[in-house]
Amino acid sequence: MFHIYCPYCEEHREEEEFHPKGQAHIARPEDPEACSDEQWGDYLFFRDNPRGIHHELWVHAVGCRKFFNITRNTVSYEILETYKMGEAPRFTAEHPEGRPAETVAAERTAAGADKVERQQGAKA
Amino acid sequence: MSEQTASWFNVYNVRPETEVPTESPLAWSCHHSGRPSVSEKSRVVLRERAMLGHLILRGGAIMLDEAVREVLGFGLPGRPNTLTRDESGERSIQWLSPDEWLVIVPGGEEFDLEGKLREALGDAHDSSDNHYAIVNVSGGQTLLELEGECARELLMKSTPYDVHPDAFPVGKGVTTIFAKASLILRRPTEDRWELVLRRSFADYLYRWILDAGREYAIGVDA
Ligand SMILES: [Zn+2]
Repeated sequence: MFHIYCPYCEEHREEEEFHPKGQAHIARPEDPEACSDEQWGDYLFFRDNPRGIHHELWVHAVGCRKFFNITRNTVSYEILETYKMGEAPRFTAEHPEGRPAETVAAERTAAGADKVERQQGAKA
Repeated sequence: MSEQTASWFNVYNVRPETEVPTESPLAWSCHHSGRPSVSEKSRVVLRERAMLGHLILRGGAIMLDEAVREVLGFGLPGRPNTLTRDESGERSIQWLSPDEWLVIVPGGEEFDLEGKLREALGDAHDSSDNHYAIVNVSGGQTLLELEGECARELLMKSTPYDVHPDAFPVGKGVTTIFAKASLILRRPTEDRWELVLRRSFADYLYRWILDAGREYAIGVDA
């Protein structure tokens, strides 16, 4: 039994309340019809199995029932962080010591602004 | 598309107006497992508040907060895992998830309340950013009250959630595990705990609570 911090409930809850749902950040191909069988097969069935830092999708099944992400070390089982859907992890394979939260937040804001610009561009 | 979907719902009064007998989710359980009476030895007292009105609200917090303030006179809880109540304590709103709240009102008020909320939210569904849902779940769950000096002891045997007053102050409410089932556990006042059970778990949980409360001479207040 251990505790997991739910970023939506904003508190630590018993492991029993959660379910793991596999690798996180798997984007569905935007145009499935244009995928090759290999691309579609990769998307559906193939997952990473890294030694060390891994980003996983979890759900707070008995609780708020929201999906969120966990960065976990597959060697030590240590949970390095939990973060909401749409957010970027601080701890990655390139930055196992963790990047400052401000850097990640700034990148996200920049990426968000870029996305809005592109959407507006598409409308115009 | 959005113009069409906006009108694709029907609102029904699920409370029969005819003389059909209504039964709480615990009717059979009380008949089958009995109702130990309350004595001066009872250090836990259980009471069912059957047939209350339960509504689930889903949507954006700001939009729903405005609507419930207008209709009920008090707002949504601002923090996760908390609840707000009106002055009488008979009407409450509990945070269940970032876009979901449970409203509990005296039985019979829920149908009228749903209509008024839909009216207050009126134009909200015109915009795809402001969709919402209201579901009357009154028939699907029931509320139990737990009181007495050993109520917290009983909870500690039943749920992994920390019910110490430091971790569970008055005004808190969570959805959590209870005796391998799940329920909503809340603490509206200093001495009273409330358990919101699903109908399908009600009999199991009633029998669990009677068993767990035996050592405290649990009594069921009719
Ligand atoms: Zn949660």
